[in-house]
Amino acid sequence: MTSGVDEAAIRNAIAALMRDDGGRLLSGLVANLGDFQLSQDSLQDALESALVHWTRNGLPTTPGAWLMQTARRKALDRLRRDANFRAKAPQIALVEQIIRADDNIAEDDAISDDRLRLIFTCCHPSLDAMTSVALTLRSVAGLTTPEIARAFIVSNDAMAQRLVRARHKIAQAKIPFEVPQPDAMAERLDAVLAVIYLIFTEGHSANDGQLFRADLCEEAIRLAAILANLLPDQPEIEGLAALMLLHAARTGTRLTKAGEMVSLEDQDRSGWDRERIAQGLKLVQQALARKAVGPYQLQASIAALHAESPTFMQTDWAQIALLYQGLFAFRPNPVFELNRIVAISYSQGADIAMMTLDALAQPLAGYQPYHAVRADILSRLGDRAAACLSYQRAIGLSSSEAEKRFLQRRFRETMK
Amino acid sequence: MKYIALIYSDPAAAPAFTSPEFGAFMASYQTANERYAKDGVLVIGEALKSTSTATTLRVRGGKAETMNGPFVESKEQLGGFYVFDCENLDEALKYAALIPAAQHGAVEVRPIEDYGR
Repeated sequence: MTSGVDEAAIRNAIAALMRDDGGRLLSGLVANLGDFQLSQDSLQDALESALVHWTRNGLPTTPGAWLMQTARRKALDRLRRDANFRAKAPQIALVEQIIRADDNIAEDDAISDDRLRLIFTCCHPSLDAMTSVALTLRSVAGLTTPEIARAFIVSNDAMAQRLVRARHKIAQAKIPFEVPQPDAMAERLDAVLAVIYLIFTEGHSANDGQLFRADLCEEAIRLAAILANLLPDQPEIEGLAALMLLHAARTGTRLTKAGEMVSLEDQDRSGWDRERIAQGLKLVQQALARKAVGPYQLQASIAALHAESPTFMQTDWAQIALLYQGLFAFRPNPVFELNRIVAISYSQGADIAMMTLDALAQPLAGYQPYHAVRADILSRLGDRAAACLSYQRAIGLSSSEAEKRFLQRRFRETMK
Repeated sequence: MKYIALIYSDPAAAPAFTSPEFGAFMASYQTANERYAKDGVLVIGEALKSTSTATTLRVRGGKAETMNGPFVESKEQLGGFYVFDCENLDEALKYAALIPAAQHGAVEVRPIEDYGR
């Protein structure tokens, strides 16, 4: 017998399998067992068995199907051990039946793809956003609990607790494991997209060299791709995927080696990831062609105009101002208005922008970018004293070292 | 699965008895109740008298202590409740959304514990 299989190699193979197929396996189990926590626990048991068996015997021909069937058997063991097992008799009978049926097929194809139902359950609006983020990363993206804890800078125990409480709520309040009805679809899809975008922005805001947080961007992009694949023809999913690809394309140029933020104006455009930009542009066009515009498509269109422009000054600022106006119509958020004013400052002039900026002073008083934009526009108008004051306000409100370094340099340059 | 929908609202925010909106407000309760009956999900639904009629009771050391007023003083009061028998949370939320007071107040939906009865 070839007992030369390396345990470390098997561990890696299992980790890779979970990343690629964990969501599909877990959602298949939830569909069989009707119990989120039991599914997660049984899958964990199956992974432990896999490590022992596969190290001894090598990888099976269809590892996914092996894990699925083993997890179902582990679930049976758990159900039979349950103090309340008499009440579980119908569930036990059902699982036994599924195991018998699957023994006759035992192919990967036998695992039905229930990931869409899983995504909607994890992102149910009755869970809070951070819990949905954690649950989606754990259940759909196949990250481990310690990985998620590290990404959100909380202890392993706190993250594990959060996940257990969430699964408890899903079971106790009976959050359904199903794709929402058509009348609720738009609203529920919004919630899913918000969770995916939150994962991305968590990673994207990691300016201080926290590598693992930056990986969250890749997870968000992967989740959007999975979702687009499961729910084709939804332009807002494509819009979100495009938006994230276009932002991620610029990641490498957003920081100097010394860890200072680089503004869009000063970024080295030759360092942008052209392949990602091409993917993003293609997705935006595909989405817009469906003639059902939405906020993610508009934001992606803005990112696309930036990505396509050869230089900062050649950017189509008039078009960008219009797109922000459209966004504001969907979501009346003063931040969109602030961005529209920035675009106006380049398309129509800093003086015209300055006239509309004051209206945002109150709603955005505690928002760092408002003061940074104000400082920039004032300094372009030659009012250096007022610009310096605004830079100081922005520096005081900034929570990122990279951003502070950038603002401090701009402040010093304006002082001169 | 049974769910309770606890209706919290500020009495000042609801249409006043004398206002022209009051009739429409009550009619929308009627519409909701008819829908619950038609779909066969209603277990019970009641409105409560105002919190000024409430008495809060504690038994401490075997002795009953009674106090005037609700357990928690807040602007939004518990004004009534429904119990629905539904397949899952989404269904319960769908019916709770039909409660007219949800438009100015809030409805808390919670599953009712089932001790295997």
